[in-house]
Amino acid sequence: MAIECLVLGAGQEVGKSCVVATIAGKRVMFDCGMHMGYHDRRHYPDFARALAAWGALDFTSALSCVVITHFHLDHIGALPYFTEVCGYHGPIYMTYPTKALAPFMLEDYRKVTMDQRGEAEQYSYEDILRCMKKVIPLDLKQTVQVDKDLVIRAYYAGHVLGAAMIYAKAGDAAMVYTGDYNMTPDRHLGAAQIDRLKLDLLITESTYAKTIRDSKHAREREFLKAVHKCVSGGGKVLIPTFALGRAQELCMLLDDYWERMNLKIPIYFSAGLTIQANMYYKMLIGWTSQKIKDSHAVHNSFDFKHVCHFERSFINNPGPCVLFATPGMISGGFSLEAFKKWAPSEKNLITLPGYCVAGTVGHKLMSGKTTKIVLDKDTHIDVRCQIHQLAFSPHTDSKGIMDLTEFLSPKHVILVHGEKPQMAFLKERIESELGMPCFYPANNESVSIPTTHTLKMSTTERFITSCAAEQGKQSLRKRNLIHGTGASEVNGSDEAAAEGVLVMEKHKAPKILCEDELLQVLGMERHLVQFEAMGSSRIEAAVEWELKRAEAADLGSEENE
Amino acid sequence: MCRDSARSTRKSRLEPNSLTRSTRHATPRAAFAPKEAPTDASPLAASEHAAALRAEAAMKLTCLSTSGGGGSYHSPASHVLELEGLRFLLDCPIDLSALAVFSPVPLTGDAGGLIRAVPRYWSPAAAAAAREGGVDAVLVSSATGMLGLPFLTRLPGFVNTKIYVTEVAARIGKLMMRELVEMHRAFVRYYGPDTDGLPKWMEGDKLNGLASMLQKLVTEDEGKDLTSLMPLYSPGNIEECMQKIQPVKYGEEVCFNGIFMLKASSSGLELGNSVWTIKGPRASITYLPSSVFVSAHALDFDYSSLKENDVILFSDLSSLNDMDEDNEKLDEHAMNETDSSLCHHSVLRDDGADADETITFLCNNDDITEEIERISFICSCIIDAIKSGGSVLIPIGRLGAILLLLELISETLHSSSIKVPIFMISETAEEIIAFTNALPEWLCKSRQEKLFSGEALFGHMELLKEGKLFLFPHLHSKGLLAAWKEPCIVLCPHWSLRLGPAVHLLRRWHADKRCLLVLEQGNDAELSLKPFMPLAIQVLECSFLSGVRVAKIDSLLGVLNPKFVMLPEGLKSRCSVKKRPWSFLYYTKGKTIELPNLREDFEVHLAHNVALGLQPRQLNETTAVARLRTDLLVSSGQYQLAAAEKQSDRSKRHLLHWGAVDPDRLLPALQEKGMLCSFAADDNCAGERSVLITSPVDALVKITSDRTVIYCDDEGTSKHIYDALCSVCNGI
Ligand SMILES: [Zn+2]
Repeated sequence: MAIECLVLGAGQEVGKSCVVATIAGKRVMFDCGMHMGYHDRRHYPDFARALAAWGALDFTSALSCVVITHFHLDHIGALPYFTEVCGYHGPIYMTYPTKALAPFMLEDYRKVTMDQRGEAEQYSYEDILRCMKKVIPLDLKQTVQVDKDLVIRAYYAGHVLGAAMIYAKAGDAAMVYTGDYNMTPDRHLGAAQIDRLKLDLLITESTYAKTIRDSKHAREREFLKAVHKCVSGGGKVLIPTFALGRAQELCMLLDDYWERMNLKIPIYFSAGLTIQANMYYKMLIGWTSQKIKDSHAVHNSFDFKHVCHFERSFINNPGPCVLFATPGMISGGFSLEAFKKWAPSEKNLITLPGYCVAGTVGHKLMSGKTTKIVLDKDTHIDVRCQIHQLAFSPHTDSKGIMDLTEFLSPKHVILVHGEKPQMAFLKERIESELGMPCFYPANNESVSIPTTHTLKMSTTERFITSCAAEQGKQSLRKRNLIHGTGASEVNGSDEAAAEGVLVMEKHKAPKILCEDELLQVLGMERHLVQFEAMGSSRIEAAVEWELKRAEAADLGSEENE
Repeated sequence: MCRDSARSTRKSRLEPNSLTRSTRHATPRAAFAPKEAPTDASPLAASEHAAALRAEAAMKLTCLSTSGGGGSYHSPASHVLELEGLRFLLDCPIDLSALAVFSPVPLTGDAGGLIRAVPRYWSPAAAAAAREGGVDAVLVSSATGMLGLPFLTRLPGFVNTKIYVTEVAARIGKLMMRELVEMHRAFVRYYGPDTDGLPKWMEGDKLNGLASMLQKLVTEDEGKDLTSLMPLYSPGNIEECMQKIQPVKYGEEVCFNGIFMLKASSSGLELGNSVWTIKGPRASITYLPSSVFVSAHALDFDYSSLKENDVILFSDLSSLNDMDEDNEKLDEHAMNETDSSLCHHSVLRDDGADADETITFLCNNDDITEEIERISFICSCIIDAIKSGGSVLIPIGRLGAILLLLELISETLHSSSIKVPIFMISETAEEIIAFTNALPEWLCKSRQEKLFSGEALFGHMELLKEGKLFLFPHLHSKGLLAAWKEPCIVLCPHWSLRLGPAVHLLRRWHADKRCLLVLEQGNDAELSLKPFMPLAIQVLECSFLSGVRVAKIDSLLGVLNPKFVMLPEGLKSRCSVKKRPWSFLYYTKGKTIELPNLREDFEVHLAHNVALGLQPRQLNETTAVARLRTDLLVSSGQYQLAAAEKQSDRSKRHLLHWGAVDPDRLLPALQEKGMLCSFAADDNCAGERSVLITSPVDALVKITSDRTVIYCDDEGTSKHIYDALCSVCNGI
């Protein structure tokens, strides 16, 4: 028995997350992302190659299901391609918010790549809709029976609205694929939450495999200070983000700050879609942080007071403003347009997310003192504006990864979604500090994880009760009530050394019995063996250790004699 | 204490009726052979757990209450279910029927002879059960099913109790409790606080004076004594109750006490309402309260998650309540019984096509169409009243009905271009309205689609935006006067017509024949309206779909395929028992019924490494045995046998022997071990033979038919003798 784990994407890199795990014969694809740094074949995971390796005719028969962890494009971007072009027709699972919000992300990016780069269209808007229609929505903690043998379950992952860690179990083998997660709560989301599960394998992201972050508040204050300074100097602030996730978090932060500081400078959202997305957020308030949930009847935190209507031409208006523009990482679209206009002025400010994929403008800006960006041979942009790198990220830091791994205590760990040197560092830590074998395969490599399994058999009430009796302490009933029995598997477990006899009869299922039950089954009488001192061969005194032994073995059977 | 329970075990096992019951209902699949008289546990062997398990081996069900005013939606049935020695309380509604005999405040006129005091309430039947045997866990199926729990929170038998309920039902339930307490406070403000002692009206002659009016209440429910009415719980009790709650999602499996897995699935009746699956080590049980196959607002009845559970506790009493309504149809049904029983049967076959047919029959849209028709009719009555210049008062407490009604009213108003304000006046209105637009996971598929296409989940969001719907916590809320305009439509609590804004508004409009009062059927309308006499207002009594229709019960059971069905006695005559693969047990209020063990055996999971380490011993051609020393773990409802941490060094030696020892074979075995030995000369006792060992040390082995005694002072030699003995004696 084993879990075969094939990494199709996000192996020793960030981008196009896609892992296929074969658990007790059930093949599950976790995430189906695109890589935004590439515009060639490397854009998508190498599905064809995987299919050939499995020796399957088509993807539908090869896979039991596809599970998407969250709406970021590097986790879902290849899904319409996979279903509409590659022809996968099996079940697809994602959480309610992911199903609701993913079409935005996909369509926004599709437009960007089409309009801006004239890239060959990989899938159409209709493909996105057709694809999303097939999706089965998941609620958190719900145990979903994919088929007779395979169950999956989603756990809260923080990160972005609707992000989930996925538990999958088939036969006796169980694993968790984390997707992206955050171990500390942010403005609008709670921290990741999972039960203490019994796992053979944990596949975790490792974006910040080596980084330990300090207080989030300080970082947020830095950001607000930078923005405030810029607008009070008459500058413009460009915040390139994706339509969902970071945009809402930062906007809540700014909206709140504007309110407190009584600022009147307009905050814009580049496309109507983000405002529309806010409506979704309102309906999905149950997936946000407890604080927002508790207060939403009075004030819905996604009703932004200071966000104003925006038109494309405003980009040329004089005077200060804050603009949220898509896509993040400035890989094209309106954020690139605004960047071209605003980057040359030192009054302006551009904020960059904590992580930018290689190949994007954002990545170039991050990598030091860039003064000139060359887009193509005719387009050179002088960069004189200030650049503020957001130091808070919706990803867990290395402490969080270690904490989660220790909490779950899986038998094996696989790292994905990170950079090779940092992953090597983290692997060392996991192996030396936690004593778990750890792997970080490259794309298209696979790892085989051995798993434990159990044999099902029946036993008698007598055996169960005598085990509990041997425990000798309190009754099972009281013990467990005190220990509490949450959903976790290890809590509420009860231990007792049990001694019994396994009987295997031809044409019958094996069964565990107590000793005297065995005698009954065999139709035999017990033959007692006793030890006595030679001198006392006439006296009925017993050698103590064996008598005790006999007594213990006889528990419960004495009444019969 | 453990002795007692062990003794009571025996009694219940040998009770004639429990035996006959088990044989009568035994089906081939549920073979239950009563065991031999249980052995009297020796003091050493009997742990409390062992005793508990043995004592409560059978499943026991006690039905505590069936319905207490307001119909089964407002007051679902309540039971205590005992499994493997643990007690589960299934639902704990509040019985508000006593409210009807209290006069609403402020008092006007003679109050129709009703009691003029702070109202008191029936103590939930579960309180007595909790006092007697304690409660280990509560499974709640609906918001209304938890309204009685704050009465129990202070009981000692409730200290460690966990309450399982869906997130949404818990939330709505808490709002309902809060609202009830708040509305009740109007009486306290009016009369002053209710003291703990006996109120004046309860004193002998005064109580007799009330007798005629109260008769109805009391005789309906024998065994209830008016003096057992008690004061309402406090906000503090509500908080205590909420702290015990373990909220769950649909489909979330939670482990209780290691050996039970609990799972809620949607029942379709209302937002957050659930059906429960209890999986124990030896049986899986479905607790099936009122359910609706296809809903216009809540997630549909997820009956497929209940398939193949061993036992169904059918607790949907809705069809008992609207017995009269259905009677006609039932007669038709009965006439066709012979014909239809045939096709019914084919429906129950397991082949795919017919199963699909059953499901189409169960999930056809008839119910939902009828429901929409009913609500449309209410809606048309409302419009008529408005057109005639009257206002409409709708004191209905069903969330789903209200939400649908709001949508239909707004459509109708829109199409007939009438402009009247709609008021929702309730302590919890604002929260309910905001919250119902933020729970897509709990809604029917068609409303989930609204989420995915970015529309509001319910029509009331539009009404609010357009300024047609106003939400106020009280009649005297700031701003209400400014918005107030008659005619208008008011939705408010409470269906009892004793609490909340309904009292004031009914007093305002009762004499106006243009106005309309919409009531839900199921209460005694005459008694409810007594303090508002004389009436000119039109009264519309309406009913809503509240559960599985009688005609569908049989098909549902066929799809679920249980072994046993526990059915309310009242449905006995209405469910065919002929040729069904399951057996029925009938329950009535206040009685305990027992169900035999469905499986004698427990399932354990043996770790693979333990299995590999086993040393099987072939006893004969067909049987092999192996000694097993493991740790027993219980988690997530599974017993697991894992490798024991300390392996005994004696594990290779026999510890149990059986049969006879042949002394003629022992002798060579001893010699093989290098011992000098011979049979003792004085082998004259009946059946006893002795072997004398002279080297390496002196020893003696005495063998009788059931016992061998080794006399030896040297430990090493006695071990050798023991080993030799093992080689000639059956054992393990
Ligand atoms: Zn992400």
